[in-house]
Amino acid sequence: MSWEAVIGLEVHVQLATNSKIFSGSATAYGAPPNTQASLIDLGSPGVLPVLNRQAVLMAVRFGLAIDAVINQRSVFARKNYFYPDLPKGYQISQYEIPIVGAGHLQINDADGNAREIRITRAHLEEDAGKSIHDEREASSGIDLNRAGTPLLEVVTEPDMRSAGEAVAVLRKLHSLVRYLDVCDGNMQEGSFRCDANVSIRRQGAEAYGTRAEIKNLNSFRFIEKAINFEIERQSEVLESGGSVVQETRLYDAARDETRPMRSKEEANDYRYFPDPDLLPVVIDDATIADIRAALPELPDAKMQRLQSSLGLSAYDAQVLTSNKATAYYFEALAAQLPGHEKLAANWVLGELTAMLNKHDLDEEHSRVSPAQLAGLLQRIVDQTISGKIAKDVFEAMWDGEGNADEIIAAKGLQQITDTSALEGVIDEVVEGNPKQLEQYRQGKQQLLGYFVGQVMKATAGKANPAEVNRLLKIRLDASP
Amino acid sequence: MNLDSLVGLADGLRRGDFSSEELTRHCLDRIEQHDAGLNAFITVTADSALAAAREADQKLRNGATHALTGIPLAHKDIFCTDGVLTTCGSKMLENFIAPYDATVVTRLREHGVVMLGKTNMDEFAMGSSNESSFFGAVRNPWNTDLVPGGSSGGSAAAVAAGLVPVATGTDTGGSVRQPAALTGITGMKPTYGRVSRYGMIAFASSLDQAGVLCRSARDAALVLEAMAGFDERDSTSAPAAVPAFSQQLDGDIAGLRIGLPAQFDTPDIDRGVSAALAAALQSLVDEGAELVDIELPHTPLSVPAYYVVAPAECSSNLSRFDGVRFGHRCDNPRDLEDLYRRSRTEGFGAEVTRRILTGTYVLSAGYFDAYYLQAQKVRALINADFQSAFAHVDVIIGPTSPTPAFALGAKTDDPVTMYLNDIFTIGVSLAGLPAASVPCGFADGLPVGMQIIGDHFDESRVLKVAHRYQQLTDWHLRRPPAYRSDA
Repeated sequence: MSWEAVIGLEVHVQLATNSKIFSGSATAYGAPPNTQASLIDLGSPGVLPVLNRQAVLMAVRFGLAIDAVINQRSVFARKNYFYPDLPKGYQISQYEIPIVGAGHLQINDADGNAREIRITRAHLEEDAGKSIHDEREASSGIDLNRAGTPLLEVVTEPDMRSAGEAVAVLRKLHSLVRYLDVCDGNMQEGSFRCDANVSIRRQGAEAYGTRAEIKNLNSFRFIEKAINFEIERQSEVLESGGSVVQETRLYDAARDETRPMRSKEEANDYRYFPDPDLLPVVIDDATIADIRAALPELPDAKMQRLQSSLGLSAYDAQVLTSNKATAYYFEALAAQLPGHEKLAANWVLGELTAMLNKHDLDEEHSRVSPAQLAGLLQRIVDQTISGKIAKDVFEAMWDGEGNADEIIAAKGLQQITDTSALEGVIDEVVEGNPKQLEQYRQGKQQLLGYFVGQVMKATAGKANPAEVNRLLKIRLDASP
Repeated sequence: MNLDSLVGLADGLRRGDFSSEELTRHCLDRIEQHDAGLNAFITVTADSALAAAREADQKLRNGATHALTGIPLAHKDIFCTDGVLTTCGSKMLENFIAPYDATVVTRLREHGVVMLGKTNMDEFAMGSSNESSFFGAVRNPWNTDLVPGGSSGGSAAAVAAGLVPVATGTDTGGSVRQPAALTGITGMKPTYGRVSRYGMIAFASSLDQAGVLCRSARDAALVLEAMAGFDERDSTSAPAAVPAFSQQLDGDIAGLRIGLPAQFDTPDIDRGVSAALAAALQSLVDEGAELVDIELPHTPLSVPAYYVVAPAECSSNLSRFDGVRFGHRCDNPRDLEDLYRRSRTEGFGAEVTRRILTGTYVLSAGYFDAYYLQAQKVRALINADFQSAFAHVDVIIGPTSPTPAFALGAKTDDPVTMYLNDIFTIGVSLAGLPAASVPCGFADGLPVGMQIIGDHFDESRVLKVAHRYQQLTDWHLRRPPAYRSDA
């Protein structure tokens, strides 16, 4: 009998503020240990937290983008537990009243049908520091640079039914937070992390099975593998007559498996209560209206527009809008090529993407700017060069040899469209291939391509292919 | 030199009768001479005090000064003082040198105040007798077999014995008012939010409020207006403007409506305390004040509610003392759990441990609703009681403490009896109201305090009533015989 997976996600989105959520310390990644930890981050006796307004505005921005309820009065609570990288012995989080209430996201399922995923809530909280266990022999190190970094924890309903769907939701969220400029989305640096709650039930069953929470998921690939491993593991347990234990499991990427965390670390009673050091967060209507007015066009709307007003295919529109950098690059490019948006789309999805992938860059860091690329594509449009030559010019541009016109001029790549010049080359080619001419004239019309190729070769690819075709046909079809 | 009046000292400094350095030396000499028997100080910062005094003298010569310039003062050892030992009365912080100044400390220093040292206190401000200090009990200058009250017992004893003219304190459930009453001095706790809590080591964040212990309402007004005001580093500090309290003291009190809560008239009140209070009220009536009977029906619930809310917050606030970054760390921990367990067990005394355990319990899953939530509801009711009362009266008056000072050790074995000693001060703290305790007579030779409670942010009125009373009486100028200046 087959099983159905039920998956819910908790995503920690690190907000891209300059300073921490309750102190003025910088949040930059990679600084030497404890150089970005103020007395407040250290939990020094007597210090008090002061809420970073920017973090609140970013949370609201996210909430509006998922069409969520914004709680105009939300409350910070203390989550109490002891751990060396938690300086105060409690984490300031939101518990009963989060800033963002119920909302939703749309994804496509495996068959391409739209599916709505419900977002339960999103709340603000501070990150903990980092314990470093492997650098010293007899002791552990603590780095509190990360302590107090603002996080938005996004919690979904258990609405996903496969690892693929879970990844689709994560990609959607990842794309959204970058569109909104609320997170840099860097998964290696931990700016976007995820825990997954996974259970399985008989196909068609109503009740949920017992779930396991998988922690430590920091790449889309690992998330998919971890969830699939967990589904497999649970079905094996159930099919062999056992039962799934509700527990927290860590994903080990090296072994591609999930393992239970020590149960001791789970036995916490967090003793949540409202933090008396912080007033409730009150957001007025005007602030919400301002944030709403300043929202950028969101990916779904952009995708629709690229199809309806630029005539792009659903596929192209979807890929072009799947992340902010691609979409913004494409739009900057297309704006300079009115009427040739399809050409722009092909170049972004083809040559540019290939080059970026090769160098492990995104569009924001492309060595060829949209304006430079537009300059190149203009020369295809006005037939100065062929699409094939354009690829060489693009590589030269990438290598910093100049803009398109400079490269075309320097390398003499301008297309030959001058009829008399082409006629001379065509005469030479036709006369130099008497056998093929004979065969053509006996009816082997497909040899036209051969002659075109010879002319292109003789002109080092610079001949205008359409003009070559036209003139060759006239020359070949002329009576001998 | 007469330490009875800051205004008098300020005038003397300006007239050149004495310098701040001489005044500071006088206080340091008094401390040297008397503190061994009182144990009011944990740290005396003689060298830096004299340096600050000389700096103040320079300013005084230059003319541009505040009324407090050159005035010596002691800080309760709960306020962080940059580069100076800040123990909070605990073994946990026995060697803790604070890396920064509390806002209260900064503001007073900016007014030219000279810090003499740090005063003894109940451990982490938890106590009503100053017997829970790791640095030993403080003794009451009126009778050194008795307690001075707590938790600001060191500040109270130092002022009462004339070692310093003024000291800071903090009040979570009565910790400024009760020791002021028991040592015969003036104590003022402002409205919650009036003074920044930044740098004040937290006991119960929603209740803690800095205050002042001194010899008169006029002195309290001067010091309070220097300490108070919004601080961007404390989100719970009030953005309200601070009135010039010291300029609003004068005027009569004819027509003042004084509320007398029925619930403050309990059989537990010492007869001498009742008599002193009745006489004090009569003198206010003689000035044209009107007495109004009021009800504060939830008063009996204030002690139980307080002993849920305050321990709950304390259990969380004191979690940072884990032996990892600062404070006491046990020797040779075997592992992390051992480090936590022994550092905290060794570092905290019995009363602090009791409150951490109580607080942890009331916040636990399954008990939260029955204790913490219920206590917050009671707190709202207590606040509503006061608000309805203030619709009819201008101030509320009652005893500060049901009894005068009691003997050292008398209540240490019975925490609940000790807690009940704060019955009249705790409700005021739960409601976040301003209140003063002023000396209003003696019972069996020991000072009695009268508590004057005002509405939120109405410190001016509280201080005005206290000041008027002190113009009519001289209880606030009485000195324990052994500590008179000529003794």
